[in-house]
Amino acid sequence: MSREVSHTTHIMPVSLYLKIGGLLLILTGLTVFASFLQFGPYNLVIAMVIAATKASLVALFFMHLKYDNKLYMILFVSSLLFLATFIILTMFDTLTRGDINPETAMPYKPEAVIYTQPADSTAAAADSMHTTPDSSRTDQEPTE
Amino acid sequence: MSQSTEHPAYLQHHFSDAEQQRESVKLGMWIFLVTEILLFGGLFCAYSIYRAWNPDIFFNAHRFMNIELGTTNTCVLIISSLTIALAIRAIQLGKKNQTLVYLGSTFVLAGVFLVIKYFEYAHKFHEGMLPGKFYTFKGIAGTNPHVFFSMYFLMTGLHGIHVTVGMILIGWLMYRTKKGHFSSEYYTPVEMTGLYWHLVDIIWIFLFPLFYLVG
Amino acid sequence: MNSLPATSYLNTPRGIKSWLLTLDHKRIAILYLFSIMTMFLVGGIFAMLIRIELLSPHKVIMTAETYNKVFTLHGAIMIFMFIIPSIPAIMGNFVLPLMIGAKDVAFPRLNLASWYIYIIGTAIALYSIIHGAVDTGWTFYTPYSTTTSTAVIPMTFGVFVIGFSSIFTGLNFIVTIHKLRAPGMTWFKMPLMVWALYATAIIQVLATPVLGITLVLLIVERVAGIGIFDPAMGGDPVLYQHFFWFYSHPAVYIMILPGMGIISELVSVFSQKKIFGYRMIAYSSLGIAFLSFLVWGHHMFVSGQSQLSSMIFSFLTFFVGIPSGIKMFNWISTMYKGSISLKTPMLYTLSFLFLFAIGGFTGIFLGTLPVDVHLHDTYFVVAHFHYVMMGGTVMAFLGGLHYWWPKMWGRMYSEFWGRISAALIFIGFNITFFTQFILGSQGMPRRYYSYLPQYQPYHAFSSFGSWIIGLGFIIMAVYLIHAIFKGKPAGDNPWGALTFEWTLPSPPPTENFAEVPAVEHGPYDFDKIVPKRTFVES
Repeated sequence: MSREVSHTTHIMPVSLYLKIGGLLLILTGLTVFASFLQFGPYNLVIAMVIAATKASLVALFFMHLKYDNKLYMILFVSSLLFLATFIILTMFDTLTRGDINPETAMPYKPEAVIYTQPADSTAAAADSMHTTPDSSRTDQEPTE
Repeated sequence: MSQSTEHPAYLQHHFSDAEQQRESVKLGMWIFLVTEILLFGGLFCAYSIYRAWNPDIFFNAHRFMNIELGTTNTCVLIISSLTIALAIRAIQLGKKNQTLVYLGSTFVLAGVFLVIKYFEYAHKFHEGMLPGKFYTFKGIAGTNPHVFFSMYFLMTGLHGIHVTVGMILIGWLMYRTKKGHFSSEYYTPVEMTGLYWHLVDIIWIFLFPLFYLVG
Repeated sequence: MNSLPATSYLNTPRGIKSWLLTLDHKRIAILYLFSIMTMFLVGGIFAMLIRIELLSPHKVIMTAETYNKVFTLHGAIMIFMFIIPSIPAIMGNFVLPLMIGAKDVAFPRLNLASWYIYIIGTAIALYSIIHGAVDTGWTFYTPYSTTTSTAVIPMTFGVFVIGFSSIFTGLNFIVTIHKLRAPGMTWFKMPLMVWALYATAIIQVLATPVLGITLVLLIVERVAGIGIFDPAMGGDPVLYQHFFWFYSHPAVYIMILPGMGIISELVSVFSQKKIFGYRMIAYSSLGIAFLSFLVWGHHMFVSGQSQLSSMIFSFLTFFVGIPSGIKMFNWISTMYKGSISLKTPMLYTLSFLFLFAIGGFTGIFLGTLPVDVHLHDTYFVVAHFHYVMMGGTVMAFLGGLHYWWPKMWGRMYSEFWGRISAALIFIGFNITFFTQFILGSQGMPRRYYSYLPQYQPYHAFSSFGSWIIGLGFIIMAVYLIHAIFKGKPAGDNPWGALTFEWTLPSPPPTENFAEVPAVEHGPYDFDKIVPKRTFVES
């Protein structure tokens, strides 16, 4: 662990900041433009790739990760990997529920109660604060 | 190795020198940003799952989002990231007034973001495009359109709270800059607030296409 | 004859304000000690009430509704207000800076703030007790938790606040370990307790925010009916379980890893032998931290999770037992041909090795998918987690408490009463909880107020065990508190250990080290150095 007091702070030139800022604005325009084109499911992929590029520019240059101790970059990337693990492993469950029992593929109610019930019983059904444990639960509908 | 003889006011006594303090604070700040990523991450997870279950709803509902305002807000935050980065650069060079100008610009841009968001929210309240059980808007085809708006208000709401906190921090930084607490030797709070603000920007960079640009 | 130092962190400076506004990590540790042990007492009283009620399938002292609230409170208090903070906040705070030769943790003010956040969060959670308490179980599963009329919001909001205490402590420890080690203390010269605290801190920082967002969503769901977990609104209640367990499974490793760190210290000192496999123990701590994030679905095998997902989680669960197994072999190998001293901390270490092995094995049984279908939500699960949490973490905690007690207060407790207490707790624990393995495998469900008559003898025997545990703890409280005021001065190094905290006076001075200490040997170099013990039991 070094204890040198001399430490040249890396100061980025203004032009670099402006270039990155400009690039970010251009990429924003690009992603808006791309959303009007029809690529089907790939629209999401393209949008996420552009967003990831913009985020990387902010992280590497504005947040200085490119020039700093590698530990911070490792921290940042690791947290994204953990997040990805969380999302992917959870989606292993939610996307494969219907494999054996098709009716479990989607959440319980394809059409929520607020659309099928008139306004006053909606208030009773959805007013969850005042349901007592022993009374029959009003937000439970008989299976269709 | 004994304590250095010069002991600046900002150096806390349990650190042996300013560099150790600076690096420790920076590491601590990055760890805090990691916790914020995981906090928002939970909501991104819920978004992914509900969008996978209701792709048609997300497509139909996003048409009712105002793309112009969303794009404007994205540009506003990007420019505010630029201005706060320039503010840090200014204080690294010891330029107090320039720092104040850039911090002030960041503050104003953050305010603009919140104002635009207010108009968007107000419009949705008016139309009945509300989260969960409060949803009453009739014009979106498909079942369970409220799901989109539940996610929208949860995620942009949490983000908006973070923007507000950021504004308060930047305001406090402006006060301290004016008082002369910072210099080219010591500007750690400015740098750390900058890191926080950049993360707030990054989160919006992802929120924008997920809610406004559903292809 | 040892004498106490004239000034130490305990008496300098004086006055209650100097304690409540302290920035000294040692004083903050003592503040945590008293608050956390108070919560342990409260949680323990709820445990005794549960076991009294279960003496009979009929009502003994409370109604079924009250029983639901009592077991919920026992769980929530023990988990969030006792066991998760316990070792890091008390022992970690006291010992970590000393072990690495630092003056304090990296962020002392954040450290004090963490304690206040813990107190405020606990107060908010306890407020819920006055307002009808909570009857959902400590897991707050939806949809019941979003519809029940009990005081879910104060309890979950209190837990949310306590979560920040955990996050900030973890953040503080990571930076402290990275940045404040004395010169010469490389990563592989650190005591294994420090490695354990580091791995724990990583989990705290990554997992607790997810609990935060989960509880926020639960509260928003109750208040605004957003519908994210509500089946009637197109939401998914199992999603709540994914969110909840993504934190709560790594949380159990937050509970056990620091305990394992203590065991590494104790087994080496009380065998006066170099720890076997230092690097493997260090790496396995990191391995546990990493793997702990990949197995949460094993709590949800019968919840409606997809079959493919259950298979994947079951498969991954088998891996998470491997690093713990590695540690067990290393500890036992450390004892082999060591000069073993059966002092109270070592008695707790031996208890740990035996009880955690049982707890760990039964965890593998539960992680086996088809077996879990039979055992899920039975007393087998209750026995498993009490074996790992109490037989594991609490035994390690008590071992650490008895090990560092003379360092904290400068005085030694009665070894005779220490051994009596350890024996009572060990025997009482096995009577209480081994019985529950049998109960569970025979089909007794957990969280049930009433049960079939065939289970009654087992329940009665289990409850009898709980009184023995209670007696053990009462005796412990008496002799430990007595030691604070009247114990024999212990001297710098009563146990003959080699880590830095034992080079300082007992109790240590406020500033820790007068000069930055030099790292001249490793923390377990008993093969090179014969340390001088300053306390010999007469």
